[in-house]
Amino acid sequence: MKMIKKISLVTIGMAGAALSMTANAGTLDDVKARGALSCGVSTGLAGFSQKDEKGAWSGLDVDVCRAVAAAVLGDASKVQYKPLTAKERFTALQSGEIDVLSRNTTWTHTRDTSLGLNFAGVVYYDGTGFMVSKKLGVKSATELDGANACIQAGTSTELAISDYFREKKISYKAVTFDTSDQTRAGFESGRCDFLTSDQSQLYALRIGLADPAGAVVLPEVISKEPLGPVVRQGDDQWFNIVKWSVNAMIEGEEQGVTAANVDDKLANGKPGNKRLLGGEGELGKNLGLNPDWAFQVIKQVGNYSESFERNVGQGSPLKISRGLNALWKDGGILYSPAMR
Amino acid sequence: MFKQKTTEQIKAATRPTDTAAHAFYNNPKYRALIYQILLVTGLLYFFYTIISNTLGNLEAAGIKSGFGFLSNAAGYDVLMSLIPFESTNSYMRVFIVGFLNTILVSALGIFFATILGFIFGVMYFSKNWLIKKLSVIYVETFRNIPLLLQILFWYSAVLASLPGVRDSLSLGEAVFLSIRGLVIPKLIGQGGGSTFVYIVLVLAIIGIFILRSWAKKRQDATGQQFPVFYTSIAMILGLPFVAALLTGFPFVIEYPVLKGFGFNGGITVIPELMALTLSLSIYTGAFIAEAVRAGIQAVPHGQTEAARSIGMKEKKIMSLIVVPQAMRVIVPLLNSEYQSLVKNSTLAAAIAYPDLFNVFVGTALNQTGQAIETIFMAIIVYFAVNMLISFIMNRFNGNVELVGR
Ligand SMILES: N[C@@H](CCC(=O)N[C@@H](CS)C(=O)NCC(=O)O)C(=O)O
Repeated sequence: MKMIKKISLVTIGMAGAALSMTANAGTLDDVKARGALSCGVSTGLAGFSQKDEKGAWSGLDVDVCRAVAAAVLGDASKVQYKPLTAKERFTALQSGEIDVLSRNTTWTHTRDTSLGLNFAGVVYYDGTGFMVSKKLGVKSATELDGANACIQAGTSTELAISDYFREKKISYKAVTFDTSDQTRAGFESGRCDFLTSDQSQLYALRIGLADPAGAVVLPEVISKEPLGPVVRQGDDQWFNIVKWSVNAMIEGEEQGVTAANVDDKLANGKPGNKRLLGGEGELGKNLGLNPDWAFQVIKQVGNYSESFERNVGQGSPLKISRGLNALWKDGGILYSPAMR
Repeated sequence: MFKQKTTEQIKAATRPTDTAAHAFYNNPKYRALIYQILLVTGLLYFFYTIISNTLGNLEAAGIKSGFGFLSNAAGYDVLMSLIPFESTNSYMRVFIVGFLNTILVSALGIFFATILGFIFGVMYFSKNWLIKKLSVIYVETFRNIPLLLQILFWYSAVLASLPGVRDSLSLGEAVFLSIRGLVIPKLIGQGGGSTFVYIVLVLAIIGIFILRSWAKKRQDATGQQFPVFYTSIAMILGLPFVAALLTGFPFVIEYPVLKGFGFNGGITVIPELMALTLSLSIYTGAFIAEAVRAGIQAVPHGQTEAARSIGMKEKKIMSLIVVPQAMRVIVPLLNSEYQSLVKNSTLAAAIAYPDLFNVFVGTALNQTGQAIETIFMAIIVYFAVNMLISFIMNRFNGNVELVGR
């Protein structure tokens, strides 16, 4: 009898635990209560999210975390970074371990519609590319028949490359690793003839090689990989906050508002500047944030151009040019919906 | 019969105060049954709540569920598969490919770990100081270094330092070893002749079993020994060879040739498989060596002395007297070592070996987002494989157990 009682108690307890696992809607309140944003980033990828010797994170993806923290908490440094491999990232977001995932993640239909997640915009327009050792003398991906490819597991790269080689009717072997370090090590040791990934990441991985000049990135780009931050589905307010924090950086560039001149623009700028920076209108209030939300983003993190050049552009070892990621008026496709 | 019933009725009637004791819920038999029904209903309800809650929560969170994805095209490639596989095949096929790869590395691991374990376990009892020390060093070293480190050591330190494909180490231009793995020539059978040779090979194996039981019977009856071991080797190699000669050697040997980025033809053993097999065998082998040592130590010393007193050679004492008795202790320990090995094979993900965990729980889970389904399927597989090992080892245990002591 006693045992039965015990079992039923355990049963009720477990059922209760299962019941309490319901979707959590108030991410904004959680973040405010915690006093910090929990942000999922990569385990280490130059230019996008990497940790220095002192433990400080930097990169384009990290700047998205910082922008959201600045908008929500008024302090870009109030971020807890959670390094995640490609395989871990979505589970970490679904389970509520992180508030935002900002880890060079491609916006795909399947991910957007079947994982219970929402993509909050595009921070970097990318595409799958190839990196080969210079020694091989390969000029184009079509010469790679029979080659071995080092790929990271759980990425959209795995799918893109399979499609491409099928279409071209050339064979290859996919050697899939868990982390980017292992993937790079596989390429460096000669286990694979080429490494494939989003092109931006190829540049990032290349500068981590013992001999960066010994590897070349091929001209082919074989897929669309729009990378952006992701949030859980079902919390529209939070979705809006992340989406517009990114847009604030893009709009900042378009309006010529920089970290250096943001105070002046708020005081003496055009009406559009004042609307963006909270001097006029109710944009902050509509998001449930302070009026100075975007002001803090640009003041503490910078506008898109500043962040880009600092992390992956001319001010960084990667020296990636803006290309597609230039503003729409400069020949790129970067475009923020109207800030009004 | 009728009478009995009436007496019982009378008994009941004469003791009216005892009705409570006779109520069905006080009958221990019924009571047990009722508790069991209650428990089962409770459990069913418990699982029902868990499952419906999970499904409800998944739907509320907008996460897809169900096993429908299994028939969708996977869309990605797998490094190695024992059955034909293309990226247009289904997730179900990925599951099977991963399962077979898990079975392959587990079987190889169990095979080599057992050999290593028995060799080093027996070496411990050698009179030779060096041999004994070697056994101790092997066990202490490999048992105490975490398996993941050993896997990475073999993969990233040893195999990764092999030369590139173009500078492969070669053995007679037929066997090549490089960072891409080991490439060996492939024997391709042609027509009916080769089928004949395969049949002869199978017959030879069956013949060996018959020979063994015949030799044992003869020895029991007459005390005469028969060189079973050497005869078996001669049979398994000789008979198919004779068959091949008779049919005019109906095989072509396909030698690997370096072409483009790698070798064409032959059989490639990928370095990931080599590293995983090596580390699983050596690691588990150390534990098995310990089990063998314990088993041998459990055999009373008097057995060895008795055998010596009748003039048996040391080697024979080991193989005929000590080890068979030690098996009673060793086999149950082997069972758990084998099961651990299967579970440990999931560390494959660290080195890109495409086992079930890597290609299914890793990539398929990530591409579909269906964590609960994929993990559930994987749990069932590992559970079933370990149950099978347990079943086989228990049967085997029944064989080595001392009968009726
Ligand atoms: N954009 C792709 C690929 C993202 C990805 O994981 N790329 C690798 C490049 S090798 C990476 O960034 N790895 C960093 C890490 O694992 O920490 C996706 O969303 O699936």
